[in-house]
Amino acid sequence: MAAVAQIMANIKRDHLNKLIEKGERVDGRGLNDYREATVVQNLIDTAEGSAMVTLGDTRLMAGVKMLLGEPYPDTFDKGVMTTNVELTPIGHLLFEAGPPREHAIELSRVTDRGIRESGAIDLKKLCIEPHEKVWIVFIDVHILDHDGNLFDAASLAALAALNCTMVPAERHELGKDYPLPMTCKPLNCTSALINGKLLVDPTYEEEQVMEGRITVSTDEKGILRAMQKGHGGGFSPELVKEAVKHATERTAPLRKLLEEAK
Amino acid sequence: MGMESDIELINKDGTRLDGRKANELRPITIEAGVLTQAVGSAYVEWGGNKVYAGIYGPKEAHPRHKQKQTQAIIQCRYNMAPFSVNDRKRPGPDRRSTEISKVVAEALEQVLFLERFPRAAFEVQMEVVQAAAGTRCAALTAASVALADAGVPMRDLIPSCASGKVADTVILDLDQKEDNFGQADLPVAIIPRTGEVVLLQMDGDLSQKEFPVALDMAIEGCKEVYKLQREALARRYSDTSTDGGEA
Repeated sequence: MAAVAQIMANIKRDHLNKLIEKGERVDGRGLNDYREATVVQNLIDTAEGSAMVTLGDTRLMAGVKMLLGEPYPDTFDKGVMTTNVELTPIGHLLFEAGPPREHAIELSRVTDRGIRESGAIDLKKLCIEPHEKVWIVFIDVHILDHDGNLFDAASLAALAALNCTMVPAERHELGKDYPLPMTCKPLNCTSALINGKLLVDPTYEEEQVMEGRITVSTDEKGILRAMQKGHGGGFSPELVKEAVKHATERTAPLRKLLEEAK
Repeated sequence: MGMESDIELINKDGTRLDGRKANELRPITIEAGVLTQAVGSAYVEWGGNKVYAGIYGPKEAHPRHKQKQTQAIIQCRYNMAPFSVNDRKRPGPDRRSTEISKVVAEALEQVLFLERFPRAAFEVQMEVVQAAAGTRCAALTAASVALADAGVPMRDLIPSCASGKVADTVILDLDQKEDNFGQADLPVAIIPRTGEVVLLQMDGDLSQKEFPVALDMAIEGCKEVYKLQREALARRYSDTSTDGGEA
């Protein structure tokens, strides 16, 4: 996280801490309130599927590209997926160009894990010829504006883009284009630990004072699909359970948003 | 450039495949101040191109050995999103984007009062999220609006536009097909107040006769783009009624 940490005045830090003790936040939200989110799909003609997502002032763009390639030997009858989240320097003063650092790799992997481990993409259906030819799904997420909670925003953007992805079969003379086969809808919900309390959807400022965070990926049935504790700090088992509870509750409005975006 | 094709790029009545006249630009929309983190920003849609530009700075130039004792430096980064083209582009810089970043920075140097910011750096970030020929012109056009939006002291905005040649006809602002199957591409950027050319590249083939025609056409295109740039900035700063009188 050091890669995106900024110096913060003590007086501001104290103010944030005091507010949270009272169950309040700088932007007027309650501890369990999510910021307003928006999803717009299919903005990019060159992508097989794409989405622009905002979470408050955080803004991301995700694009899906599909190519033909060889499967891995141990999953010879399945398609391949890769997820890459770029901390594009346009998104924040402290994002730097160059090879991805620790933080960017954690973000990419956590975004990937929710989708991969839930089997959200039906990779079996992306096999054209076992051992020989399968579809490769590239999910690329670009961060245009970073005001915190990139974990949740990236998973929302990736899922929104996948949901509108058309497999480019025609381009490869494999019949008609068809929607990417999906099995479920995993979404991340991140809770930050500040002053012994959990709050969902932290802003950039709140991330600067948080002691730790827990990201929980759940699908539409509330089944847990992936988790990640990060940044430091220690969570009591009660707080961990609370974070899991938030995950199902707080992602419900996002799912509705995804349905409406279609 | 230069691929052979059977496509008729110019219709019998002199119009182009998308119906444009020879000296007509694609539809362009420019919006200033679209991002919150960047000090200044702009979004440009230019035909099928979609480009964001964001400015950070003035800040201490880093790494230190790049600092200049008497003036600021410009650090430009032109980047294409992997999904911005039909065949996925591998993330990260390549020779093409490095070159574009360089020529764009050299153009912008001509209008910024860099001597007012010794040892500082201005970061100019350009993100192409959808590409359809002419991205460097769109990116430079966006970058200069973003710099103005950031309040960086400038002598002028820099508009940019390409001309070129398809089917032996000199035309303005090549689209994807014209770029792929055309004969020449001539991206140009100017300082409108002085008329100086600050970016010029060319590839393909142009005769000694065609070149001046193409150059003049590109400069006329730049002037149209300039108008749109100024309108975008005026829109951004004319409506101050909601700011509680602070402006």
